[in-house]
Amino acid sequence: MSKNTFSIGGVHPHDSKLSRGCAIEQLPLAPAVYLQLSQHIGAPAKPIVAVGDKVKVGQPIAEPGGFVSSFIHSSVSGTVKSIAPRPDLAGNPQMCIEIAVEGDEWAEGIDLSDTLVTDIPEDNKAIIEKIRLAGVVGLGGATFPTHVKLSPPPGSKCEMVIINGCECEPYLTSDFRVLLEKGEQVVVGAAILSQVMGNVPCTIAVEVNKPEAIAHIEEIIGRLGFKGISVMPMKMRYPQGSEKQLIDAVMHRQVGSGALPISVGAVVQNVGTALAVYDAVQKNKPLVDNVLSVTGECFPHQANLQVRVGTPIKYIIDYLGGVPEDAVKVISGGPMMGRAIANLDASTLKGTSAVLFLTAKQTLRAPETACIRCGKCAGACPMGLEPFLLYRYAKVNDLEALEQNAAQDCIECGCCLYSCPAHIPLLDNIRQAKAAVLGAIRARAAAAKAAAEAKK
Amino acid sequence: MIMSKLTISPSPHIHAKDSTRRLMLDVVIALVPAAVCSFVFYGWREVLLMAVSIASCVLLEWAVTKFMLKKPSTIGDFSAVITGMLLAMNLPYTTPLWVVVIGAVVAIGVAKLTFGGIGQNIWNPALVGRVFLLVSFPTYMTTWGAPQGIVDAVSGPTPLGAIQEGLLQGSTVQEIMASNGYSYSQMLFANLGGSAGEVCALALLAGFVYLCIRKVIKPWITLSIFATVALTALVFWEINPERFTDSLFNLLSGGLILGACFMATDYVTSPMSLWGGVIFGVGIGFLTMMIRYFGPYPEGVSFAILIMNSVVPLLNMWFHQKKFGRK
Repeated sequence: MSKNTFSIGGVHPHDSKLSRGCAIEQLPLAPAVYLQLSQHIGAPAKPIVAVGDKVKVGQPIAEPGGFVSSFIHSSVSGTVKSIAPRPDLAGNPQMCIEIAVEGDEWAEGIDLSDTLVTDIPEDNKAIIEKIRLAGVVGLGGATFPTHVKLSPPPGSKCEMVIINGCECEPYLTSDFRVLLEKGEQVVVGAAILSQVMGNVPCTIAVEVNKPEAIAHIEEIIGRLGFKGISVMPMKMRYPQGSEKQLIDAVMHRQVGSGALPISVGAVVQNVGTALAVYDAVQKNKPLVDNVLSVTGECFPHQANLQVRVGTPIKYIIDYLGGVPEDAVKVISGGPMMGRAIANLDASTLKGTSAVLFLTAKQTLRAPETACIRCGKCAGACPMGLEPFLLYRYAKVNDLEALEQNAAQDCIECGCCLYSCPAHIPLLDNIRQAKAAVLGAIRARAAAAKAAAEAKK
Repeated sequence: MIMSKLTISPSPHIHAKDSTRRLMLDVVIALVPAAVCSFVFYGWREVLLMAVSIASCVLLEWAVTKFMLKKPSTIGDFSAVITGMLLAMNLPYTTPLWVVVIGAVVAIGVAKLTFGGIGQNIWNPALVGRVFLLVSFPTYMTTWGAPQGIVDAVSGPTPLGAIQEGLLQGSTVQEIMASNGYSYSQMLFANLGGSAGEVCALALLAGFVYLCIRKVIKPWITLSIFATVALTALVFWEINPERFTDSLFNLLSGGLILGACFMATDYVTSPMSLWGGVIFGVGIGFLTMMIRYFGPYPEGVSFAILIMNSVVPLLNMWFHQKKFGRK
């Protein structure tokens, strides 16, 4: 048993990897896709096509709207039908490019063969540019543009690249299947990332509930002969796949409040991102599809599907037999951090990792009772915060006390609410308080900057 | 449209399925071995005592929440059952039943519900009830009648009472121990007189282990009490073994194990952080020993816990757990 894990808090939900045995399957093309312009952290992309244009798969249709932003490529071939707001997963309007599918014609220069390309180009600048042009973003959840992460600010030095294959959220199996079925590509992707960061060592972290994946990746590393890449088996614990927790677990270094991983010499990339990097650099293939799990105890047709970005959720569900009778909640992502879907007509994004169905028995919250001060929330918090305390300050909106007690450090992993025996909506309130505190911190920084400039 | 059937709420979407009721039920289960032992030694009178204590605690909580506070009843969370059990285990089995009812009224009515019910009380309700009875009805609380159990049980004063009595008469600790025939193995397994909760150390420790395995309580509070009692006793015993009892005697006698395992670890009235809990435990252990050695009462666990309960809000304010990535 591996002892590698983060040092504070955490919980052990049942891993419920129901779809672990399902091989990745190609989802047939939907009649139309809807590509959201804002599906990464940062500025929304700006459309570079017009209604009526013919597009091919992998052709850029929107360009970055700023430095922290990303290209978006057409995931299908066909005609641009509209560029208009459309309700997203939560029902909020988001600008989308609608493309009616006609055939499946790919753009020039994209290598669609299965041949594994192991020779990595030498020019790191060119590699990063290729990653940028391919619209690669972090697929572990935050969808932070990858090229930005690979260009650390001057003065900072990367000492290790960590490939995150923990998949600590229950139910999710897409990273696991990618490791098993596209392990070679992931390893080459990892090698590319470690070369770009200055030939630093690279650790692929995989939790011990995926022994097949650990053995398989170890075998590939040996076979392909990449030096400096290793697999680290991790103890099962949630939220191990959270960036700060994973760095703590692998490197025994804690990223400070508000600081970036690079401040302790780490760059973390998800398994899916490593695959996307391989595709972008070795195959010229932009990020137009990703693997997602469709799962849940009440869902009879478990699957891991390779899905074109922008496919309507409803199309995916209908392909597998529709929403089960007793499902009351459909979640985009895992049960701990995923978001409940209000609108099944919404489309997948680059970072969509799963569609999960939960029954009333599994998901309905018990009525809130009095806090018994058991401290289980504080024991479970991986950031070492005291959720019961933050909750009380949040109730009276005491921003100063919230900031003093580090509400802004909350990673919204849900461990507090998950473990509260009184079923108090801790995270619901802390999440709002955190947003308010971050707003206050930003306002203060802006005011300080303005004052400094006024002095000059 | 399918949309109308979907539930929307923020993450997390699953729960550990722990509940206050389940945690309290675990404490009840952990107290069962000791309750069974007390029945074996003291017979049906002990069962009656416990039944009356539990029933009056639960009924009182139900009545007060329903008719006075007009709030939803909280008796389903089993916390009143625990208070009833602990109160009964802190009384001599001969206590008149009307005295037990008064204890319940003070425990639930005064110490718990006046402060706002579960989660709000400053002092452990069962202990407030017990101490109220001790100072109001000292005769009933220190009279140990003839046992009626299914095995032969010792009647007469508790070991701590015998020691205090003997020391006042000028005997040494060793003489008192020998004349009463106390041995450590006897103290561990059962029965040197006293209340139900003092009767079998092993049964209480079994309950403690169960609570630790089920992750219901914080072991460090209990362990720091034990360590402090042992260390304090060791120092005094080294100074004067004729005047002061030794570590093992103090660990095994009186209500120390019951108090350290089941009363000091009460969620509501103990600190949440590790270091807060350790200081809380050290305080209880030290005060217990001071009262035992120098106080007017032979036993001091109840007073020590209540005194340290009062400090908990401060300990919670002073001690926080280490935050990730911060000094």
